[in-house]
Amino acid sequence: MATVIEKVKPAYKSRVLDRMTGLGRDIVKHKVSYAFLAPYALIFITFTVIPVVISIYLSFTYYNILEPPKFQGLQNYIKLFLGDDIFLLAVKNTFVLAAITGPIGYLASLMFAWFINELPPKVRAFLILIFYAPSISGNVYMIWTVMFSGDTYGYMNSTLMKLGIIYEPIQWLTDPKYMLTVIMIVVLWMSLGTGFLAFVAGLQSIDRSQYEAGIVDGIRNRWQELWYITLPNMKPMLMFGAVMSITSSFAISDVTIALAGMPSVDYAAHTVVNHLIDYGSTRFEMGYASAIATVLFVTMIGCNKIVQNLLRKVGR
Amino acid sequence: MKKKFRRIRTRRLNRSLGGDIFNIVIITIFGIFMVLPLIYAIMQAFKPLDEIYMFPPRFYVVNPTLDNFTDLFLLMAQSWVPFTRYIFNTLFITAAGTLGHVVIASMAAFVLEKHKFPGSKAFFTMVVTSLMFSGAVTAIPNYLTMARLGFLDSYLALIIPAFGYSLGLFLMKQFMVTIPDSLLESARMDGAGEFRTFWKIAMPCVKPGWLTLIIFCFQSLWGQTGSTFIYSEELKTLPYALNQILLGGFARAGAGAAAILLIMIVPIVLFMATESSVIQTMATSGIKE
Repeated sequence: MATVIEKVKPAYKSRVLDRMTGLGRDIVKHKVSYAFLAPYALIFITFTVIPVVISIYLSFTYYNILEPPKFQGLQNYIKLFLGDDIFLLAVKNTFVLAAITGPIGYLASLMFAWFINELPPKVRAFLILIFYAPSISGNVYMIWTVMFSGDTYGYMNSTLMKLGIIYEPIQWLTDPKYMLTVIMIVVLWMSLGTGFLAFVAGLQSIDRSQYEAGIVDGIRNRWQELWYITLPNMKPMLMFGAVMSITSSFAISDVTIALAGMPSVDYAAHTVVNHLIDYGSTRFEMGYASAIATVLFVTMIGCNKIVQNLLRKVGR
Repeated sequence: MKKKFRRIRTRRLNRSLGGDIFNIVIITIFGIFMVLPLIYAIMQAFKPLDEIYMFPPRFYVVNPTLDNFTDLFLLMAQSWVPFTRYIFNTLFITAAGTLGHVVIASMAAFVLEKHKFPGSKAFFTMVVTSLMFSGAVTAIPNYLTMARLGFLDSYLALIIPAFGYSLGLFLMKQFMVTIPDSLLESARMDGAGEFRTFWKIAMPCVKPGWLTLIIFCFQSLWGQTGSTFIYSEELKTLPYALNQILLGGFARAGAGAAAILLIMIVPIVLFMATESSVIQTMATSGIKE
């Protein structure tokens, strides 16, 4: 017995030693790899990783930039959820916007990519450009302020009046009844973005022979083909598209500022990011704004995880 | 006979005529919805002022004119900072940011995909996670960091963070899968150093990849107003200057429409030129579990 232990012990010891020097040796051995990674890693860590940590830390403090941050526990969160009606309104608006534009934008991207994929290559390239253009063309959404302008010169008002549907101009962008709807239309118009391109590319790269094999297995129409062959094959793209659309639908803010102003009338189009901008760059309450940022961070990551779990079920 | 045979072969499986018609109708309706505002933006830019303020408003332009563009340039010529300076600022920020991003992100992508070293998986997981939240989350600490580093009120505030865009690294890393390992191996056998292998062998293989990174980085920098970080008028960007014109109201509606068109057309033209490369890159964009 004793001899066995004696035999094992030095072997174990040397393995630990090996691993320790191994780690040091690893860094030397892989110094080229680390050197290649270093410039990107430095910037990525400085401007993305550390800020998340700082943001979480600041959310527990009172900080107005002039004085050093003062730790105050959960105070910001308590105020946020119990004392800030406008924040709760912003949360509601953000969830309404995200719950409607996120899934619809996502499914529309998928559906249009699928429809476009059936067409000949030249037409396909042209349609991809048309559908993708709104999401890349800078601040062209400003054109919607002209279309939905509240006076009779607005294209929407004058058309509806000419058709006799309404008799006086509707204040599309200042009447809380319509603001969110108009913003949703504009956001949806811009929602065929990176995810849409990923779907188009994913559809094109599926092997034809799988469809032929599907026929043998009894697949009869394009819907069965979509569910049993196409979607399972492009699952990684579905994941990517979901990440893109969740992230962007929770971050809606530029469009609401451009269309409804900041702050919007009765805060009817106020989103969480708007609220963050308000406290961060107008009131300089950095601790409070960081609490908003942290809530946003947790929500976005949480939603992404939930949706990824749902997407695992595709094609089963 | 041969022709007929080919037609049967190319007839796609599982497709009904009714379905095809439905497909085309839907695509046409929504295609029109997508493109109308863009066409409207173009029409507005070429309308003389009396057509912009016509009642009832008319969608198309009857007497197209370039007045709006000359107005825009006149207006800009009168401004305190010469218009060309705004153009230079945006071009410089966009070009420097994009170039740095493509080189640095490609280097990182190369080792993350082709080398095995401790920590590479963990790092890539962080990058993928960072796709799941938007820039708003990190905006405040970033502002503080830039203040510390002395980046405020300089081009650096927009250029340096662009180097670290995570979408670019992600897409490039996924696309590097398409480089055959044997190709890199033979370059190393021939005595090429690792950087040479990367620059001379790997990079030419992933041309569609870096074209895609250029497009995406360009898009995000091109539209930057940068007003949170840059205060000196002579360092401000083109979108910022054009936004100021848009705020000018009635009298400047024509120049404003011309400004919208100018900003919108550049990314669209660039995307047109690189569309097939972008699609090729996106084919490897999936997130695998």
